[in-house]
Amino acid sequence: MNKIFEIPLYAYERSPDQDAQTPVRRKVVIIGAGPIGLGAAIDLAQQGVEVVILDDNDKVSFGSRAVCYAKRPLEILDRLGCGQPMVDKGVEWNIGKVFFDDRQVYDFNLLPEDGHQRPAFINLQQYYFEEYMVNRVRELQAAGAPIEIRGRNKVEAIGTHDDHVTLEVDTPEGAYTLEAEWLIACDGANSPARRMLGLDFVGRVFEDNFLIADVIMEAEFPTERWFWFDPPFNKGQSALLHKQPDNVWRIDLQLGWDIDKEREKRPENVIPRLKQMLGDDVEFELEWVSIYTFQCRRMEQFRHGRVLFAGDAAHQVSPFGARGANSGLQDTDNLCWKLKLVMDGKAPESLLDSYDMERIHGADENILNSSRSTDFITPKSDMSRILRDAVLDLSEHYSFARPLVNSGRLSVPCTYDGSPLNSADALLDGPARTRPGSPCPDAPLGDDFLLPKLGDKFILLTIDADAPDSFEEDGVEVTRLALSVKDDASLELKRRYLGENDSAVYLIRPDQHVAARRASFDEAQFRTALRRATGKE
Amino acid sequence: MSDQLTLTPNIDGADDFYAELLAAHEGLAKDQSDALNARLVLVLANHIGNRAVLSQALEAAALKE
Ligand SMILES: Cc1cc2nc3c(=O)[nH]c(=O)nc-3n(C[C@H](O)[C@H](O)[C@H](O)COP(=O)(O)OP(=O)(O)OC[C@H]3O[C@@H](n4cnc5c(N)ncnc54)[C@H](O)[C@@H]3O)c2cc1C
Repeated sequence: MNKIFEIPLYAYERSPDQDAQTPVRRKVVIIGAGPIGLGAAIDLAQQGVEVVILDDNDKVSFGSRAVCYAKRPLEILDRLGCGQPMVDKGVEWNIGKVFFDDRQVYDFNLLPEDGHQRPAFINLQQYYFEEYMVNRVRELQAAGAPIEIRGRNKVEAIGTHDDHVTLEVDTPEGAYTLEAEWLIACDGANSPARRMLGLDFVGRVFEDNFLIADVIMEAEFPTERWFWFDPPFNKGQSALLHKQPDNVWRIDLQLGWDIDKEREKRPENVIPRLKQMLGDDVEFELEWVSIYTFQCRRMEQFRHGRVLFAGDAAHQVSPFGARGANSGLQDTDNLCWKLKLVMDGKAPESLLDSYDMERIHGADENILNSSRSTDFITPKSDMSRILRDAVLDLSEHYSFARPLVNSGRLSVPCTYDGSPLNSADALLDGPARTRPGSPCPDAPLGDDFLLPKLGDKFILLTIDADAPDSFEEDGVEVTRLALSVKDDASLELKRRYLGENDSAVYLIRPDQHVAARRASFDEAQFRTALRRATGKE
Repeated sequence: MSDQLTLTPNIDGADDFYAELLAAHEGLAKDQSDALNARLVLVLANHIGNRAVLSQALEAAALKE
């Protein structure tokens, strides 16, 4: 049987735009049907915005690439209507083990906090992730949403103008010109769009190579994350073993800098390496093998007039910490509601500059974390190796050293502290985790959860406080969600949103981030907060 | 705990301590000694815990003017 990543999911079809006398102007064009381009397209289409995705390929990601998805992106995917199939298919895990040389030095349990609908992490092949998103696109199309994927449409040139963008697109039947009011470039780490616009991508390349292999095996290994420093089967290097659905296992083997990549990738060289790791008697089959050199880089700005960059095109991180696709979805989560308001004339274009500011803040946090993990895993000097090994040796005996072991700090969403869209915190001694700029933490509501009730539009969350059911300010509408601490017997809602206060009112953005909060409703204050959150103050 | 690094004499029986430190390294090869020093730094750093003091200690040890 063919693998899902070998089947064209959006085969080339001729578009009427290719036969138009003058170039057709579309509302939003997205380059790239990777997870981030698909995420952006679904988000916009759900809001009724016409969107066309162009991809030079016609299939999902070749091989798995991303495997680990964190809670926040799953919550975003819920809003996009594809969280459930991810969680249904994905593998949940909580236990991690750390090995040094030939021994286990300790294990840990992620101990995810209770009272969240979604797990801390799931593992799932990237091709399934993309397939579920393509399914969602088909579902939206069937419901009449203005969304289209054009396979084997390769963008060859981009022209920028004050109020639109022109694209030269190549197809199996020749080239055509397309125009877009707005262009979102989600064309991956090697972003041709970036190159076409002559934009820099600055950062660090880590002088190391990693063999990434997905193997299919009926193995006894438990559903845990196993990380080896300096194991006997890969001396002086590191290794990772992680489970995916369908008996597929992800294996990362660090190879060092001076290697012949083509040679190392050949099955006759890969298989003996894996046998050393897994044992001679384990039967396995290679699904996909690749060799990567990791980098941590970002663009100086993500917005260039009418062109907006998102996902790997805008920033790239080493995969320790699973921050690539996870953070890319936070980009489009941040961008799409802003773009919709701007396109509807309900917010000034400058609101899009806050996308730049907030997501650069996120990218820098991810780059910092990924760089630190990479530095721990692949020490760059004799002394950094000595210190690293000292941490590992101590971690076997003393718990104090375990927080210093860094085999990846797993992705968490960032708080947009200092964002111009935030209003000053006016909830005295309110919980720090829900201060303005924070992503709303989930909370249980009986059999239900809080987050599915938020999102897509501005919400006024009142907890034991009075407020009007809705109000409008300058074209932007806010709808009230009235709750009481009594709605949650576990008191998590109180702990996460009230602290010691008896009541609270939150203004929550369409991307489920807090814009403002106070103990009670004050119309003038919340109108100002809404203006500020939409770039009008 | 004070937020200020102590840089005045603070060890009772300084000579004894110093002898114990040397003794800990006795008979070790260079790489074993380096490893011991690294572990010792980490153990002591955890005991101090205070981030401000640790930063001051790193600066003081660098002997940069
Ligand atoms: C080994 C490995 C492990 C990883 N593990 C994780 C993980 O556990 N968790 C995680 O969150 N992330 C992980 N990542 C990162 C993750 O794979 C990426 O962040 C993610 O794929 C980025 O999505 P994207 O949509 O921005 O870009 P891509 O997935 O690269 O998609 C870009 C798309 O643009 C198209 N395109 C390019 N040029 C053109 C053009 N000129 N015209 C038209 N279309 C074009 C391409 O065909 C492609 O479909 C991992 C990456 C690697 C390599």
